Amino acid sequence: MTLVVEAKGLSKTFGTGDEAVRALSAIDLEMGQGDFISLIGPSGCGKSTLLRLIGDLARPTSGELSINGKSPHQARLDRDYGMVFQSATLLDWRTVRKNVELPLEIMDVPAAERSTRADQMLELVQLGQFAGHFPWQLSGGMQQRVAIARALAFRPALLLMDEPFGALDEMTRELMQQEVLRLWAETGTSVVFVTHSIPEAVFLSTRVLVMTPRPGTISDEIAIDLPSRRDLETRKNPRYFELITRVRDALRSHDS
Amino acid sequence: MAAALVAYAAGTRPSLVSRPVTASTPRSQTARAARAGVSILAVIATFILVWEGYKGLWGALAWDWPVRPNNRTMPHTWDIVLALFEPAQRRGGPILLLVELRAALFTLWEAFVGFVIGGAIGFGLGVLFVRSQTAERAFMPYVVGSQTVPIIAIAPMVVVWGGRAGLPQWFIVSIIAAYLTFFPVAINTLRGLRSPPRTAMELMTSYAASPREALWKLQVPAAMPFIFTALKVSAAASVIGAIVGELPAGFRGGLGRDLLQFSQQFTAAPERMFAAVIVAGLAGITFVGAVTLAEHRFVASARRQDAEIAGAGA
Repeated sequence: MTLVVEAKGLSKTFGTGDEAVRALSAIDLEMGQGDFISLIGPSGCGKSTLLRLIGDLARPTSGELSINGKSPHQARLDRDYGMVFQSATLLDWRTVRKNVELPLEIMDVPAAERSTRADQMLELVQLGQFAGHFPWQLSGGMQQRVAIARALAFRPALLLMDEPFGALDEMTRELMQQEVLRLWAETGTSVVFVTHSIPEAVFLSTRVLVMTPRPGTISDEIAIDLPSRRDLETRKNPRYFELITRVRDALRSHDS
Repeated sequence: MAAALVAYAAGTRPSLVSRPVTASTPRSQTARAARAGVSILAVIATFILVWEGYKGLWGALAWDWPVRPNNRTMPHTWDIVLALFEPAQRRGGPILLLVELRAALFTLWEAFVGFVIGGAIGFGLGVLFVRSQTAERAFMPYVVGSQTVPIIAIAPMVVVWGGRAGLPQWFIVSIIAAYLTFFPVAINTLRGLRSPPRTAMELMTSYAASPREALWKLQVPAAMPFIFTALKVSAAASVIGAIVGELPAGFRGGLGRDLLQFSQQFTAAPERMFAAVIVAGLAGITFVGAVTLAEHRFVASARRQDAEIAGAGA
């Protein structure tokens, strides 16, 4: 079975000569179908850069990277990626439904199928009754749910999320985490998730990759062996706290 | 014209023409239109009071700074209005108002054609520059430079060239109007096309959208508020361009020649000059008002503002 993401000796350097900054160095990564991987680390550790390399928004300086056995570029042309950023980035002049339809329009999906699919996705994120609203009429959490619906609308093999809940309050954040896990279970998509939050990484992931800066490398890999069904009980599970402590220690041990 | 003025003022008070998500009732729209009308009348009344007050006070105290008021420098407001209703020619015929309105319509048509041509060129340049940095670096200095050459220097050349080429006079004037129109549209289109955040452009990249799709689905809609701001500036500029464009060859039929003629006769009949200026001003306001109405019809962010104002007022 092909790996969804396979990286060998991946590195990325910005600039040249004296001003060169090594953002990523010697990254090895294997990610299978249905994995939920979180990248966690301090600012500047290259976690967003790694996500951007996977999504073909930036090119690696050296090393090998393949997505579903293809080059990242080919994977992008095949529309293998769904992206969610920290800001929802919805188009203000389009209704919620039309925002979800945007990628489908670009992919030349017929109009009738577009609106059915948009409605399905909005039901999935529980915003069915807001289809006719404009983005600015929704709360931040609802906007981010629309952004997730939009990313899933064309059934990408790989969902790339760059601190998607970073701008949300704690309550909304926990609800959104629950939502993402439900979508992940229902759609069977693989997820790469960048976050600053240790509990968030542990709660969501099958694996947490701890990254350290200068140059950005993966320093630890922690398998999250919590029961696959995660809910409020999970957050009270002693194992959950052990894993949080392990991730925290892994992050601390590299402090200089 | 008065109706146009009301429409314009109501347009700047967006609620009248809003298509809000929460529909406002026709009655509240009528009320808003009435309020807009009242505020316009109040401004006109204030202006008349200040004008006549200055005339009376400065005259009584024999002050002569900054302007010594007499019936030549500052005719009575009612004389200006009366001049509009007197025959335009000494031997009779239609009244001045009708003659000037017809001239204004003619000039507005020239301005409108120039506005469309200039707007299209400006939009095209904006798209070209956002697609090609080389084109921007190569042509932008000339685009900026073109606007530092005064229109009164350009107009005679265009008249001569256009005449040689056998173009109709009104169209030559339109070309001159277009010269004043394209620049604000080009600059603002470029800014607007660059306005989407980086993540929005990356989103289009992640969908493997072509540059054309990114342009029409993301950049152009995002640029609309910028473009309409420029179009309002350009609408006013195109009327000035048309009036100035009529001057060098003394083209008949528009406001330009009449304004020139009245300014030459200023000492004999100053109120006719002021009357013509008022009509010219109304022509510009009408055009800008029409663009504002279109903005509130077509631009989402303007409609959003409308909806929020309507929501706050409810």
